[in-house]
Amino acid sequence: MTESLHLPRRQTGVSRRQAVAALGAAAALMPFAASASPETAKKLLSELAKAEPKAGKVQIKTQEIAENGNTVPVTIAVESPMTEKDYVKAIHVVADRNPQPGVASFLLTPANGKAEVQLRMRMAETQNIIAVAEMNDGTTWTATREVKVTIGGCGG
Amino acid sequence: MAEDIKPRIRVPQSAKKDEIIEIKTLISHPMESGQRKDSQGKTIPRKIINKMTVAFNGKQVFEAKLEPAISANPYLSFFLKCTQSGSLEFAWTDDDGSTYKATQAITVA
Repeated sequence: MTESLHLPRRQTGVSRRQAVAALGAAAALMPFAASASPETAKKLLSELAKAEPKAGKVQIKTQEIAENGNTVPVTIAVESPMTEKDYVKAIHVVADRNPQPGVASFLLTPANGKAEVQLRMRMAETQNIIAVAEMNDGTTWTATREVKVTIGGCGG
Repeated sequence: MAEDIKPRIRVPQSAKKDEIIEIKTLISHPMESGQRKDSQGKTIPRKIINKMTVAFNGKQVFEAKLEPAISANPYLSFFLKCTQSGSLEFAWTDDDGSTYKATQAITVA
């Protein structure tokens, strides 16, 4: 019963024109949105994960275009055998154009068996999701994925 | 609104030894971001679930630190390798200090 875990989706049924109008109105209502920038996101990541991350091993799965920025499902998967000797210690997720860059940090253990987490996040506007995985040997890996947002989920 | 906050968990009731199972969790919670304003223009104070931890037989196996960018009714899923039967203990921590708990037994054949 997967349904039991999903809240009923709100049927908005807006036309494209209404959506564009709503977008404009929303933008006017949110002068404080987008106070995070690629720089602050990068700074936060360097605080979360000490080593300079290399590209690879991390995969961000999400939709290319998110119609509703209030709930964007995102799956982060990291290549790792997840054994006592070799496992993912932490996964950090940031977004570079939200009011605040932080999204979530996950602490994993070898007991997880598979380094994959799924979450639902808010996105104020079109932006990059950046994920960094910290391995137990101290190496860090990263991936970036752009998501286009039709209606921002900043709740202004 | 505390009475509205209800955790829901979906875990397979039984699993084979060393099987990797997916655990899905959702807790109904507004996740008030602290960014929104009410009709008087006052900022609605932040109130979110800031942490979720999962322990298996008393040993922590998963932890999530959440920020306001997490959607209302935070949904999280992760995996667990079943090595033995036992109970999974879930705990969510709210900004106001309250914790919401749930437990789920798993039988490993």
